[in-house]
Amino acid sequence: MSQDYSIDPKNLPEDPSRVTDEGKFKHLGVWMFIGGESVLFASLFGTYIALKDSTAGGPTTQDLYGLELVFLMTMLLLTSSLTSVYAIYHMKNNNFKKMQLWFGITGLLGLGFLACEIYEFAHYVVDYGFTFRSSAFGSAFYTLVGFHGGHVIFGLAWLITLMVRNAKRGLNTYNAAKYNSFSLYWHFIDVVWVFIFTVVYLMGMVS
Amino acid sequence: MTKNTSPNNVDYRKEQNKEEMKKVLISFAMLLMFTIIAFAVVGTEAIEGSYVLILLFLMAFIQIMFQFFFFMHMKEKGHEEAQIIIYGAFWVTFLVMMGLGVITWW
Repeated sequence: MSQDYSIDPKNLPEDPSRVTDEGKFKHLGVWMFIGGESVLFASLFGTYIALKDSTAGGPTTQDLYGLELVFLMTMLLLTSSLTSVYAIYHMKNNNFKKMQLWFGITGLLGLGFLACEIYEFAHYVVDYGFTFRSSAFGSAFYTLVGFHGGHVIFGLAWLITLMVRNAKRGLNTYNAAKYNSFSLYWHFIDVVWVFIFTVVYLMGMVS
Repeated sequence: MTKNTSPNNVDYRKEQNKEEMKKVLISFAMLLMFTIIAFAVVGTEAIEGSYVLILLFLMAFIQIMFQFFFFMHMKEKGHEEAQIIIYGAFWVTFLVMMGLGVITWW
């Protein structure tokens, strides 16, 4: 590395992830990516809303959904969003160990969420025979919720790679931007989940 | 020793970051409250009819606003591009959901 990426422990930058040009571009790039992802999920939500009552005689939204599991999943993902804010807080305080710890907790909560989602899908398939091919509702449901779950899997893989790769490097202005990009992405996954539990689960149970 | 008032001084920065974290915790508590209200309304079947849907949408919107502005720091300086992108994304989301929803259910 020709450039000096180190952080002076007595003279902290306001945001270590946006000290270098590369960091600034990454920040903007992630936001652009999030804008694009919004359009992707908007299309999937629109498709789901259009097809949710086309059950072809199979299970309906009211037959399938249960409030308890969705509430648990919501709490897991919401808390993981807060813990990643804590991680960024320690990043700004130049405390690498605590940052890794809080990102580790974030990853564990994400893993818990994923386990619940796998259980949920298995439950629908085994106990209700509700699959991707059951009905238009089935296709729309698994595409939308599965796409979100896929994003969680990708996010976890991203986080683990980052944490392992930088474990011995410590924090500098080079990898701070990488951690911050992940954190923004993770919050966005939570934003999508807020819409999923509202539009899919809660509205599916009242209508 | 006089107090160092440079904006990058480590003690000053930690103080600032702590203040910021307090705001995040308050917004997390409020976000959690709106989430629980949304679940409670559905769980207890307290409100009937299409008012529930409007209420749930409103709750969801408030929750994502907390996420964007406090957790993702969109309220802070240097986030003008991010704001333009996200407002654009809101508009596209609205159009797509309305478009697909209205042609199916009107």
